[in-house]
Amino acid sequence: MKRKMLSLVLAGAMTAAMLTGCGSTAGTETGDASGENSETTATEETGETAEESTETSDSAQSESGDAVFKIGGIGPLTGGAAVYGIAAMNGSQIAVDEINAAGGINGMTVELNFQDDELDAEKSINAYNALKDWGAQVIDGCVTSACSIAVSDKTAQDQIFQITPSGSAVDCVANDNAFRICFSDPNQGIASAQYIGENGVASKVAVIYDSSDVYSSGIYEKFAEEAANQSFEIVAAGAFTADNKTDFSVQLQQAKDAGAELVFLPIYYTEASLILTQAADMGFDVDFFGCDGLDGILNVENFDTSLAEGVMLLTPFAADATDELTVNFVATYNEKYGETPNQFAADGYDTVYTIKAAAEQAGITADMSNEEICAALVEAMTQITVDGLTGDGITWDASGEPSKAPKAVMIRDGVYTAM
Amino acid sequence: MKKLSKTTKNNLITYGMVILAYIIVQILISTGHVSSLIQGLLVPFCTYVIVAVALNLTVGILGELSLGHAGFMCVGAFSSAVFSLAMKETLPGGLRFFLALLIGAAAAALVGFLVGIPVLRLRGDYLAIVTLAFGEIIKNIINALYLGVDSNGLHFSMKDALSLNMEEDGLMLIKGAQGVTGTPNDSNFTVGVILILVTLFIVLNFINSRTGRAVMSIRDNRIAAESVGINITKYKLIAFTISASLAGVAGVLYAHNLSTLNALPKNFGYNMSILILVFVVLGGIGNIRGSIIAAVLLTLLPEVLRGLSDFRMLIYSIVLIAMMIFNWSPNAIFFRKRLKQRFTGGKKAEKEA
Amino acid sequence: MYGKGWVWDCMSFLAHLINGISLGSVYALIALGYTMVYGIAKMLNFAHGDVIMIGGYVVFVAVSGMGLSPLLSILISMAACTVLGVTIERVAYRPLRGASPLAVLITAIGVSYFLQNIALLVFGSDTKAFTNVVTLPNLVLFDGELVIKSVTIVTVLVSIVIMAGLSLFVKKTKIGRAMTAVSEDKGAAQLMGINVNGTIAVTFAIGSALAAVAGVLLCSAYPSLTPYTGSMPGIKAFVAAVFGGIGSIPGAFIGGILLGVIENLSKAYISSQLADAIVFSILIIVLLVKPTGLLGKKVQEKV
Repeated sequence: MKRKMLSLVLAGAMTAAMLTGCGSTAGTETGDASGENSETTATEETGETAEESTETSDSAQSESGDAVFKIGGIGPLTGGAAVYGIAAMNGSQIAVDEINAAGGINGMTVELNFQDDELDAEKSINAYNALKDWGAQVIDGCVTSACSIAVSDKTAQDQIFQITPSGSAVDCVANDNAFRICFSDPNQGIASAQYIGENGVASKVAVIYDSSDVYSSGIYEKFAEEAANQSFEIVAAGAFTADNKTDFSVQLQQAKDAGAELVFLPIYYTEASLILTQAADMGFDVDFFGCDGLDGILNVENFDTSLAEGVMLLTPFAADATDELTVNFVATYNEKYGETPNQFAADGYDTVYTIKAAAEQAGITADMSNEEICAALVEAMTQITVDGLTGDGITWDASGEPSKAPKAVMIRDGVYTAM
Repeated sequence: MKKLSKTTKNNLITYGMVILAYIIVQILISTGHVSSLIQGLLVPFCTYVIVAVALNLTVGILGELSLGHAGFMCVGAFSSAVFSLAMKETLPGGLRFFLALLIGAAAAALVGFLVGIPVLRLRGDYLAIVTLAFGEIIKNIINALYLGVDSNGLHFSMKDALSLNMEEDGLMLIKGAQGVTGTPNDSNFTVGVILILVTLFIVLNFINSRTGRAVMSIRDNRIAAESVGINITKYKLIAFTISASLAGVAGVLYAHNLSTLNALPKNFGYNMSILILVFVVLGGIGNIRGSIIAAVLLTLLPEVLRGLSDFRMLIYSIVLIAMMIFNWSPNAIFFRKRLKQRFTGGKKAEKEA
Repeated sequence: MYGKGWVWDCMSFLAHLINGISLGSVYALIALGYTMVYGIAKMLNFAHGDVIMIGGYVVFVAVSGMGLSPLLSILISMAACTVLGVTIERVAYRPLRGASPLAVLITAIGVSYFLQNIALLVFGSDTKAFTNVVTLPNLVLFDGELVIKSVTIVTVLVSIVIMAGLSLFVKKTKIGRAMTAVSEDKGAAQLMGINVNGTIAVTFAIGSALAAVAGVLLCSAYPSLTPYTGSMPGIKAFVAAVFGGIGSIPGAFIGGILLGVIENLSKAYISSQLADAIVFSILIIVLLVKPTGLLGKKVQEKV
């Protein structure tokens, strides 16, 4: 009896909390997104000011009354992968701000609403549905592969155009309506193996990869396959898992014992920075080679960049490139978010500009339905060429894969140098 | 006699609540009053309700703390997803899903049984940590598992996809960490609600059966139960296996709702086990109806907080702490009792005590 | 490759062993905090790992942001964590005293989420490279074939000192004996005039100060700091504490070291992908043979 009463009280309290919760969401959802345009750093805002900006932006919207183009973004904003999702969100936001300042897309103001998927496929569907309720016309996401695959299933059903900034698994673009900005995993694995083989970088190669990560194991698989056709030999392959990524002494020791001349790291820079430190600690002097996930390693706050000396990586984006686009982007990002952008931020930025290019090519107008937009954008995607942060003259074919050349760079004196 | 009819009445209310919720949602959907977000959440609601009820059987009725139920969900999800993927072209949707359900439930039951034999000898926190360990082991193994099928039959490896030596025409079923991709989307709300009702039927009948009473007697006083000749191990195992198998059913529902299935710390790690436990504890330990309500509300909570953007998970954690204190603190309980006393004239409060 | 004979094999085994001890010493240090709180307050403080993370951030800000000396930073961090720990106990755990242990467990999870998300908002999601505060030179043996990191030596020594200190504190001091009394029977302790709430608050204060030390050494040994740095080592350390017999102070130390060694050796010689599965399997086997852990107290069941 006591328990029953407890549950009743609980239910009552929760329903009350929910009702108020629902009420405030309905209010904030629209405002939040349009409010984001004016927001500098969302983290600095308190709940109250968020509410306020809701009201102001609501009125601002009705004042301008113009047509809007709604981009829904999805990525991990909390949890261990938050660093990637937040970067993609910030990069996308900068592009949106720039586009709006320059008059929008076909005269439409762009709105970006970026939702958290917590690196969970189920949550990414929730995020997608929330965006659908908000009225998203295209999807910029997901940032990670598994979520991207799950969402692409739904976007295909609903016929909403989807372009993922960094979902690199093959299946991310399996559906006709899905495209991507980054390289695919097999593409990177094969390219890395070919580069090492053809340039005679090393003859004995060790690999350290994250077997619990889609990106990392995807690259490793193709790398190992392609290695058989190349002039080098994989002498050690050490895996680690998401639950076990602080200590790499074993994998490094094995690589050392096997006499590896080069360690291939198809992983993200967060773990790579630890591997470099630990290799130096154990006196293991070896060359490292990585993929685009390694980009960002120089910008880890407080990281001793001398450790990264001589690291080679295949990356489409380098934050210290000197072309005008990159310089401006890095400056804006630094100013707004107080960090140096990584490759995910660049992918997010390019995603929005790609959407813009395709939308202009297709002549998207405000009165088109999502299905019409999707069909028009899919057709336009194969016709456009985008000069972005992550590559010049990027083109797409109907499969959704971008065609751009990875650049091989080496870290010398703390900066990327073309090889 | 009166006691019995009261239980029956209580159970009928629980069934009625589920059916009523189903009807209301269906009416709202047909009149277009339900947002896509809520529509997308309907199957997850069912998944978490089932697994919460399943865990309540272990925690509330058997009285043992399990932190490994996400592991059983994981087993159910992967076994059924592999089956459905392999049979995607061969079997029609309905039959395939039905068989997948049986396979998922059976696989989870088997694992639950095997895990239960050693684990149920332990007690309290030690039992909890061992179930947590089993859950992590299951997740870890599935992440390292490669399974493929081709004209030569099944191939399987614990290392990487290359060691499978598959033929060209082969179909990869589990690609290690990349998991299972392309599971047919067979789950829907109606199926979910039917499964909830079946789960409730099993659990509520179990509680009121001879076996169930034996299990509860073990919970209340193990030594007394043993002394009247109740076979402790047997009854504990029965309850634990049923609970694991129902968690497996929830896993089947989960797997067939998404086109991709990965065993991440987030969905099948100890975090999920704990989340399920939160449903049970918040809904009231041993209170089946409470579990249902708590599972729905707590799944909904982070979603309705989406408008808060950066503060979403922070607010979620604060609400969680506040609700726990409100619900469980001796002072708060006392306060609520007094409040209630004032309204009902103290009669009922006396009875409760 | 491996053809360099048994001396070589021995050497690499030794290297794996030392690396294992290095990892294990960090687990041991965290486990001491876990076991302390569990032993006295009888609750699983799942937020312990996150207090460690906060301790790491405080030192990071003090050293890299404000340019304070490492030693001073550690003291500041210990003070900050003590305040944090006592506040958490006061606000979240004390109201639940007397409620089901499960309710406290869930609240601890809530506190853990809370700390992670606060850190995410305040410090951002990007990884910070922690400056190793142990500036002593590494111990290099056999012409560089074997390197023992100075931070490993310091961590082991600090763990031993803390273990001995805690044991003495609990056995010899008045407040220590009060803790033992509270852990045995709260009601009886209260009747004997012991301030139960105060004693538990002191326990949390000590546990949290230890967490700050553990945070500094964890981040020095594995120099990457994110809002989620504490959670996995926290769980591992919890396993280590159970392994050694939760509530037992020497048990936590031994459990931590053993866990680290087993983890590294199974990564090296069995499978790096399945290392966690192996560690957990061994834990299960140990608990089946000794149901209260290696050094756990046997609980007599009352009828």
